[in-house]
Amino acid sequence: MSLFSRFMDGWRKYRKPGYYDEFDYHWTMAIDLDKCTGCQACMTACQAENNIPIVGEEELARGREIQWIRVERYWEGEYPNAKLSFIPIMCQHCDSAPCETVCPVSATYHNQDGLNTQIYNRCIGTRSCAVYCPYEVRYFNYYDHHWDSPLEQQLNPDVTVRGKGVMEKCTFCIQRIREAKDHAKDDGRRRVQDGEVQPACVQTCPSKALVFGDRKDSENEVSVAINDPRKYRVLDELNTDSSVFYLKKVDA
Amino acid sequence: MVAETNNLGYTDIHEDVVRSIVKTGPKYYIALATAGGTTLLCFFFPWFYQLYYGIGAAGMNHPGVWGTYLASFIFWIGLSHSGTLLSCVLHLTNSSWRKAMYRSAEAMTLFSLVVAATYVMVHVGRPWFIHWALPYPNQMELWPNFRSPLMFDVMAITTYITGSTIFIYMGSIPDFAAVRDRTSGWRNTMYTLLSLGWRGTDKEWHRLHWAYTFLAVLIIPLAVSVHSIVSWDFAMSIVPALHQTIFAPYFVVGAIYSGTAGIVTVMFVLRKYMGFERYITKLHFDNLGKLLLVLSLLWTYINAVELFTSWYSGTSEEYEAVGFKLFGFYAPLYWEMILFCAVAPLLMFSTRFRTSFMPMLILSIVINIGMYTERFLIIATSLPRQYLPDAWGVYVPSAVEVSIMVGSFALFTTLFLVFVKIFPSVSMYEVKETMATPKLGSVAPASGSPA
Repeated sequence: MSLFSRFMDGWRKYRKPGYYDEFDYHWTMAIDLDKCTGCQACMTACQAENNIPIVGEEELARGREIQWIRVERYWEGEYPNAKLSFIPIMCQHCDSAPCETVCPVSATYHNQDGLNTQIYNRCIGTRSCAVYCPYEVRYFNYYDHHWDSPLEQQLNPDVTVRGKGVMEKCTFCIQRIREAKDHAKDDGRRRVQDGEVQPACVQTCPSKALVFGDRKDSENEVSVAINDPRKYRVLDELNTDSSVFYLKKVDA
Repeated sequence: MVAETNNLGYTDIHEDVVRSIVKTGPKYYIALATAGGTTLLCFFFPWFYQLYYGIGAAGMNHPGVWGTYLASFIFWIGLSHSGTLLSCVLHLTNSSWRKAMYRSAEAMTLFSLVVAATYVMVHVGRPWFIHWALPYPNQMELWPNFRSPLMFDVMAITTYITGSTIFIYMGSIPDFAAVRDRTSGWRNTMYTLLSLGWRGTDKEWHRLHWAYTFLAVLIIPLAVSVHSIVSWDFAMSIVPALHQTIFAPYFVVGAIYSGTAGIVTVMFVLRKYMGFERYITKLHFDNLGKLLLVLSLLWTYINAVELFTSWYSGTSEEYEAVGFKLFGFYAPLYWEMILFCAVAPLLMFSTRFRTSFMPMLILSIVINIGMYTERFLIIATSLPRQYLPDAWGVYVPSAVEVSIMVGSFALFTTLFLVFVKIFPSVSMYEVKETMATPKLGSVAPASGSPA
């Protein structure tokens, strides 16, 4: 019986997306589109923090730009009455992520913090995760990228520089999360406090439209934000169970 | 069959087939050199260039991360389908007309699979780590992801390659023995090893027949499952135009369709240039033509169902995907595909068309051009039109991709040219089964008896 129940337990864990019954942390982001001005500072901050290569004019024209977070723009109506709306899109860290099931080598998987992680060393470059992702937030390194001297001096030492042939995407600045968790451990505290971790985009947002935190504690700023009646998730009908919540822009 | 070959004796068959292996004219060497050279120049050279600089040498971009490499992969897997599958089905249904052509059809299966497997390595970003997709015990203590349809694919294709290799090899053993008894030197050594000491006793024939039928039964579901699984690479995604339950039968029918057309092409070439006019006859073209006609109708039906399902879904993203396919950037290719694969094959309703060699050759090539287009369109019209319009784009293949595609045909031809000099490309013993038993005086030495 014990062997059987252990087997069934293991099987159930295996069948669960992400292999975890419960996450240690449940990192979540809330984006208030009412506050977002579309200034794209988040994109720049992300570029600097995560060593995102600048692919150059030619590659950009071929549609091979790498932007872990991008501000999508949508126009409605014709010129005099045109209306512009925009929405920052990054990896939604879905709890039922289509990209995780398809990777043949498990290079992308769900970790114990509810993050959808990408292991660059394990990636063999089938690019199937990018096909399966409905948000189109996975970017592929078509070439080895280089930084002209002295620009390589500004690379973030906490983040890998990705080589050719691997997929990459937003990590919710996992290096900062790891750092905060290490600090928490060193201080003898059990958990990371609210506000202790901020991804680069959240840190830099001038209008504080982006809020980041652990959803497991209902007191946290992000937990309050995602209980707002304006909340919605992009492509929620696909049941990806994403971790990025948007707060609807209300027209005056 | 019997009626057309009754002026043939057992000796004629042996002599014809052994001659095709032993006697090599300058034309063969020119063909081999051309095919081999083209393979090096158009396949391996651009591939090494791509390995060195990165997959950016191909035309893939942000929404269109898959391209012709994967289309070619499906195409070659599809082409592989008819060989062994058709051979098995015809073996089990006792269709005697299969016997003259099945060996080359099975070889086609094998070499298409080899080319397809090579394409997997061309396709991925870091092919030097491709072995990570295989489940082998390793010091990293990591397994591949068994939930991944790509993983199923690796399993299915390796099984299929193994199965078809054993099938073609086992069916050739008596013929290896026959060639062994009629050759000398290194060829004799090679065929001695390959024929595994075949002597042609009743017991051996009995066991061969039993094992052969067993494998034939085993391979049919395997072949069907392989292409279903290839289709799941697409159908298990949530990409609007790909997420359809019809995909598995769609791919299987498409595979058999293009594979059968491929057999017609190969049979024409064998007949014309390898001197097998007496074995591959109008009857074969007539029968394969009927099969092709049925498959083309089935294919057309499934295409209609695919469009209907998209329309019936009533979602904007499906409408967008279908609209892009029918009237978008690649619309001319779509209508070309319809013309080549759905309209042109209707000519085969005419018996006169089916029994003329040259029109059948042209049609078979046209069908395969159409089927390649189909595989390309599945990828090139779906991925660039997904849910978020901001991430839409257009994917256009690069020169490297086109070159590798041309080179893959040369690679296939090279492998096939090597094959016809090693394997008896017509199954001698089974052709003999269709013939009237000769009078005792004129019996050629049976395989295994001292030559």
